[in-house]
Amino acid sequence: MSLPTPANRRKERVDALAATAATGPGGALLEAGSVDEKPGVSLIASAWRRLRRDPVFLLGAAITLVFVVLALVSPLIAPHDPGANLLIDKVRPQTNPVPGPEPGFPLGADDVGRDLLSRLLVGSQQTLVVGVFATLFGLTGGLTLGILAGAFGGWVDSLVMRVVDVLLSIPSLLLAFSIAAIASRPSQLTVIIAVAAVQVPVFARLLRGSMLAQRHSDHVLAARALGVTRRAVVFRHMVPNSLAPVIVQSTLVLAVSIIDAAALSFLGLGNPNDRQPEWGQMLGRAQTYIYDSPHLAVYPALCIIVVALGFTLMGESLREALDPKSRR
Amino acid sequence: MARFIIRRLLQMVVVVFVLSLMLFFWLRSLPGGTVSAILGERATPQTRAALTKALGLDQPVWVQYWRFVERAAHGEFGTSTRVLPGADALDIFLSRLPATIELSFFALLLAVVLAIPLGYLSARRAGSPLDSGLVVTSLVGVAVPVFFLAFLLKYQLAVEHHVFPVSGRQDNLSCTRVTNFFVLDGLLTREYDCSVSALKHLVLPSLALATIPFAVIYRITRASVLEVLGEDYVRTAESKGLTARVIRGRHVLRNALLPVVTTIGLQTGGLLAGAVLTEKVFNWGGIGNALADAFEGRDYAVLQVLILAAAMIYVVINLLVDISYAVIDPRVRTR
Repeated sequence: MSLPTPANRRKERVDALAATAATGPGGALLEAGSVDEKPGVSLIASAWRRLRRDPVFLLGAAITLVFVVLALVSPLIAPHDPGANLLIDKVRPQTNPVPGPEPGFPLGADDVGRDLLSRLLVGSQQTLVVGVFATLFGLTGGLTLGILAGAFGGWVDSLVMRVVDVLLSIPSLLLAFSIAAIASRPSQLTVIIAVAAVQVPVFARLLRGSMLAQRHSDHVLAARALGVTRRAVVFRHMVPNSLAPVIVQSTLVLAVSIIDAAALSFLGLGNPNDRQPEWGQMLGRAQTYIYDSPHLAVYPALCIIVVALGFTLMGESLREALDPKSRR
Repeated sequence: MARFIIRRLLQMVVVVFVLSLMLFFWLRSLPGGTVSAILGERATPQTRAALTKALGLDQPVWVQYWRFVERAAHGEFGTSTRVLPGADALDIFLSRLPATIELSFFALLLAVVLAIPLGYLSARRAGSPLDSGLVVTSLVGVAVPVFFLAFLLKYQLAVEHHVFPVSGRQDNLSCTRVTNFFVLDGLLTREYDCSVSALKHLVLPSLALATIPFAVIYRITRASVLEVLGEDYVRTAESKGLTARVIRGRHVLRNALLPVVTTIGLQTGGLLAGAVLTEKVFNWGGIGNALADAFEGRDYAVLQVLILAAAMIYVVINLLVDISYAVIDPRVRTR
């Protein structure tokens, strides 16, 4: 169908992942020959069995769990209001632009006198919002296109996939910058949309690939033969069986979108309103004082790195658990 | 072979056509539009109407699109408003191209030189502490925002400890310019201190820019070598009694490197996006710098030419890699 050339390579990788999940682990499981992987075990069950004992997955899941819990409880444990300019009296633009630590303010304040610790804690909330909504928007767009292409095939498929291929041929971060630049009033929402739009073609290709692999599979054929309507075949039989690679990709996109959002802020394309803190935005804005007060950048950056790593570790081990080929 | 190249060229024409359509509609949808961008917010309705007519913005969309293509084909993208006020946008692009090519080249070189041997080593000793350590390093590398790493390197190695220069491409040495690739120029004119100075300036930005390509190439190499090591032909070669060296060179590496070549081609796109962030940190003065300034100042003429050029460069490089791939691997052509 496609050549193993660079332009097709990215597509192929996506398609291969999709096909694996669509057809299930199959014979490879038997070859692996380990004790707990019996034949006939469902993909999810065998994946869970591996993941439960995989330290990489457990670490990733633990980081993610801590992050989500922090996002939920941070307003309760934050010592101060993250939007209040409590130490504004200590800010001297010439001599002391960024107030240092003092009793009650263990990390000091930012350039407009807001408590840094509180901003870091509460920042987890908006960071989670950016990651989750960017992933959800990307998913929704990609799933719609992918289901259209995968369910109908023919010219719908060709048309959708040509557009998807062109989008994939633009460097993704550059595409995100370009989309963010369209907004006349940048806000958290425009950042999320820009970051999500880049992921739409990836999800579309992923879902379409695994749905194509299923169109002629036995369970779809059986459903058709029984007279199940096309809508039910697509939504009850094909889509649920195509979701595994989409879930893997989603965890990776959670990480990417948080990092991309930081890059947008760095270029001045981010949300200008920072009463509600977000780590990427804090990092992007910290560049002004980077040499005198590098800690303003280092703390949010560390938070982003740890959380992005957590999502990535989880996604990678999920990918390995769902793809028998990568098992050694 | 000729048929393969022609078919790929035709595919590229389609991609470029869709790209130009997207760029056209993107420019139309930007806030304020072209007229406000040129006249500013406080222009009178009369001047706005006059300029709208002069720019042909009152014409049907398809006429406007045709004009846009015509002007683009002639290299007329208008003049810069913010990056370098008054300068021709295409000239800005051309004058800054060598700086970015030089930086990307060294970054990619660094990534490839480190990633392929390490990926190979990792696969040979899969499961060892070395392997695990490298895998974790590559995962962390992807999780670090590029511009933060650039700042960190700059702060630690240039500002705090003066190991490398803080920013720019070269010290002020009054060097002769030939190609505007500063390292190459120094070699050509035998002003070796110019080359050395340029190389010193290249170290930190290249390191920052190389992290993501390194992580990606490393992981592809590792996965690819692992896969090839399990192939039947490797076992056959071993059972034939070939020496380990021959098996490694001819059977494992040669086959494992094919997907790696592809990945390297794909990384060029990421390099361009990464260059926007890295060049801004190190004030490199290349295309990335210009793009960052153009996004910040909404300089549409410059954005137009830079984005079109960036996408075209990416498409062309991938076409070239495709063709070289077909030369290396005959199986590509026959399919």
